[in-house]
Amino acid sequence: MKIVVLMKQVPNTTEMLIDKETGTLIRTGVDSIMNPDDTSALEAALKIKQSNGAEVIVITMGPPQAANMLRECYGRGVDHAMLISDPAFAGADTWATSNTLAAAIKRVQPDLIFAGRQAIDGDTAQVGPQVAERLNIPQITYVSKIVEVTSDFIVVKKHYEDFDETLKVSFPCLLTTLEQLDHLRFMNVTSAWQAFDKPIETVNNQVLMLDAKDIGLKGSPTQVRKTFTRPVSSEVKLIHGGSDEAVKAILSTLAPYIQ
Amino acid sequence: MNEKHLLLKKLYQQFTAEIVRPIAGYVDEEEVFPVETVKEMVNAQMMGIPYPVKYGGSGADTLAYVLAVEELSKACATTGVILSAHTSLGAHPIYAFGTEEQKQKYLVPLNKGEKLGAFALTEPNAGTDAAGQKTTAILKDGYYEITGSKIFITNAGYADIYIIFAMTDITKGTKGITAFILEKDMPGFTIGKKEKKLGIRGSSTCELMFDRVKVPVENRLGAEGKGFGIAMTTLDGGRIGIAAQALGIAQGALDEVVAYTKSRKQFNRSISQFQNTQFKLADMATQIEAARCLVYKAAVAKDTQKNFSTEAAMAKLFASETAMNVTTMAVQLYGGYGYTREYPVERMMRDAKITEIYEGTSEVQRMVISASVLR
Amino acid sequence: MTKDIFVFIETRNNIIAEVSLQLLSEARKLKAQYAQKGLNHQVVGVLPGYNVENLPATLFNYGADKVILCQHEKLKEATTQHTSKVLSDIIRAFEPDSFLIGATVIGRDIAPRVAARVDTGLTADATIIEVDMASDTSLLLITRPAFGGNLFGTIVCPNFRPQMATIRPNVFEKTEIEAEAGEVVYFETTFDETDWVEILKREVQQAKTNDIAKARIIVSAGRSMAKHLDLIKDFAQTLNAEVGASRGLVETGALGKDVQVGQTGKTVRPLVYIACGISGAVQHTAGMDKAECIIAINSDPNAAIFQIAHVGIVGDAVLILPKLKEELQKILN
Repeated sequence: MKIVVLMKQVPNTTEMLIDKETGTLIRTGVDSIMNPDDTSALEAALKIKQSNGAEVIVITMGPPQAANMLRECYGRGVDHAMLISDPAFAGADTWATSNTLAAAIKRVQPDLIFAGRQAIDGDTAQVGPQVAERLNIPQITYVSKIVEVTSDFIVVKKHYEDFDETLKVSFPCLLTTLEQLDHLRFMNVTSAWQAFDKPIETVNNQVLMLDAKDIGLKGSPTQVRKTFTRPVSSEVKLIHGGSDEAVKAILSTLAPYIQ
Repeated sequence: MNEKHLLLKKLYQQFTAEIVRPIAGYVDEEEVFPVETVKEMVNAQMMGIPYPVKYGGSGADTLAYVLAVEELSKACATTGVILSAHTSLGAHPIYAFGTEEQKQKYLVPLNKGEKLGAFALTEPNAGTDAAGQKTTAILKDGYYEITGSKIFITNAGYADIYIIFAMTDITKGTKGITAFILEKDMPGFTIGKKEKKLGIRGSSTCELMFDRVKVPVENRLGAEGKGFGIAMTTLDGGRIGIAAQALGIAQGALDEVVAYTKSRKQFNRSISQFQNTQFKLADMATQIEAARCLVYKAAVAKDTQKNFSTEAAMAKLFASETAMNVTTMAVQLYGGYGYTREYPVERMMRDAKITEIYEGTSEVQRMVISASVLR
Repeated sequence: MTKDIFVFIETRNNIIAEVSLQLLSEARKLKAQYAQKGLNHQVVGVLPGYNVENLPATLFNYGADKVILCQHEKLKEATTQHTSKVLSDIIRAFEPDSFLIGATVIGRDIAPRVAARVDTGLTADATIIEVDMASDTSLLLITRPAFGGNLFGTIVCPNFRPQMATIRPNVFEKTEIEAEAGEVVYFETTFDETDWVEILKREVQQAKTNDIAKARIIVSAGRSMAKHLDLIKDFAQTLNAEVGASRGLVETGALGKDVQVGQTGKTVRPLVYIACGISGAVQHTAGMDKAECIIAINSDPNAAIFQIAHVGIVGDAVLILPKLKEELQKILN
């Protein structure tokens, strides 16, 4: 069984701050991390490798430093790591990204593809389903539990807003996972020590041979017209002081709502 | 240190943050041996870091192992010593002096973490004067009969495999000491009283009692009379582990106190803005960095040189004294709060003290270093 | 090509999802903006389903001019496979100018697949949709948060149609209007015989709490309140309010994820939102900043929550809430 795990190295947006003076995002000094939803995707794949003896291939699309993340994947015992990197792929929206990823995945011919539900920088949750569409395979998003895996199909629990479904789907298929599906194991010393001896397959457009109109900025139907941070209001009316003052202020504010 | 070490360091840091740090206070307060932590260390394959893959180890080097002890000790010195005693003292003698059969039977499970190791040399009347062993091992028909006792044995009660030393020939002094591999359930071998200690309170330190324990001849480690040499060589390596523990304790204390001085305000400013505080922190940081250089150098020496005793002794001597100085100063900088158990620095200060004592007191280290200097 | 704004109508058990009605109302506003430019865009509800003939009437009351109805047994429940097919077929047949889909679990599952199939651009989790008044085309300006809510981007899809967007529930408001019944167009298409996915079991979650998204008043607690939940619950009860939580509090295990407010939790739009000990990180405020009245209590005067609060109290919620509850009980009795 071959399992592909799609992963993304992202800035740790939960620790990002906005420069109060310029109103722009402060990107320096922010750690690069494995996208949280992707970590559970990787753990799901590694568990299946342990129970069913599958081959786990991690694929990431990004700049050269994304290789660091792939080393950490090797540190956890994945079998192969692929870095899709080429200036031609840069600036892609989800449509162009999915094209590129799908082309790389086609070369691997996996039975099962795991992806995190969404990345904490883009926040779209679109790449997983769009890759599945490109590959013309079924998808199940919001997977909250893996129930059973055989060599032909998988049974999972899918989480909706107020109910859960247990679903069975045959291979090949793509699953997107929520962070809470599972907790990624630590690296282990033996695999981590060998991680730099393993090859990282770097795939550029000379290998994928995609048309310029389908990749990168040019291949993106959506474009960013502008970006801005939430305006930081300088005028903040705060009430300091003892609880009595606070209580009065809150009561008078609440008054119209509690008749 | 190369990229492999850096990747391992990241693993150790993640592990420590998630598994070790949250319970460090509890382990100390309740004197609990962190069984779950050890299970997680086994899963992360941390129990045989410097040993070859063919013997169940990770195939990494001594520096990789030292980094593990250091990172763990930054949060919890107890956890650091559990790993150090197991790896340097429990496994090493078998790796260096064992037969192939002994390696397969004992070293492999130790390195895989299936079994925990311990090392028992010290006796009530034989501490620094290790040659004053009283435990005896009398050769009988196909086995040795071992009688005596050991004290202050780290990991006792939780370990499965014990490297112990006994006199096979009381007339020969140090040349009459022999090493043996004992298993915990051998009849006649019991664990005695558990010590209540000043520091590393979660570490299980107990007496071992041998009442005519029958130990098969196959379990003799090395030849008769070679035990003292095995013990000394092993302790040389163990020293580096303890030096790493001390280094970790010191760094952990510095990290805590730096954060504290930034947030603690007196006289309308952070105390980190007072020059006295700044100078103290500078001294602490520099001393730790110097200790680090000695510890890492000793780790590299162990892998590249035949004799590394001096490097190991210097590392342990300096790192343990650094740990004591830094943690004491940390408590001072914390002021009254540092003296309470609400904050971790008092524990770190209590933990630091043992590093100047076990696996060769600082006095012993000075003896080793001066002997080398005066050669 | 039609110049219409299509809205996916999500239904379950013959009930229309709130978000679909909210989108119809919002589409109606877009229609008005287009009209100012002299563009005549209709609001069209797209309703795939089974036994849903009675529903178009409601859709007209929320702003639809027209409803495209496709009924088939395979559409009894929304599925990735069949719903994507019907929406793609409808897009190809009618060539709408834009297509809005509610960002529910189903919506976020289907929308990207449809966008990829019809080769167009999709913008996720839009918080503002406006017609670009500066251009003479039908271009929409779609604003959405990224980087965990730290950054906002205005996205455009100039060269491909339809312009697609998903929108979370409660970002827009639904408005009922007095409308005459509009046109219902019946659409038919074929479906795959075999289903990709087999449903083995369905389990309705035992609702531990009421859905906070429906609450009028929410009292929300941050991580620092983990040991004071009784206080919070007590206070909420006095106000007949629901209890919400920040991600930090949910991570301590003190409350469940079903009451988490924020980017990875629920978007809520209550009348009153009382934030206790919540720092106001953007990931949280993204889920509640549309509340009508935001009261924030935090001991840190620099807490970001004060940027969006209508009333900011610098103080300890643990001390303030009991007094507040006492005074409230006097007023209410």
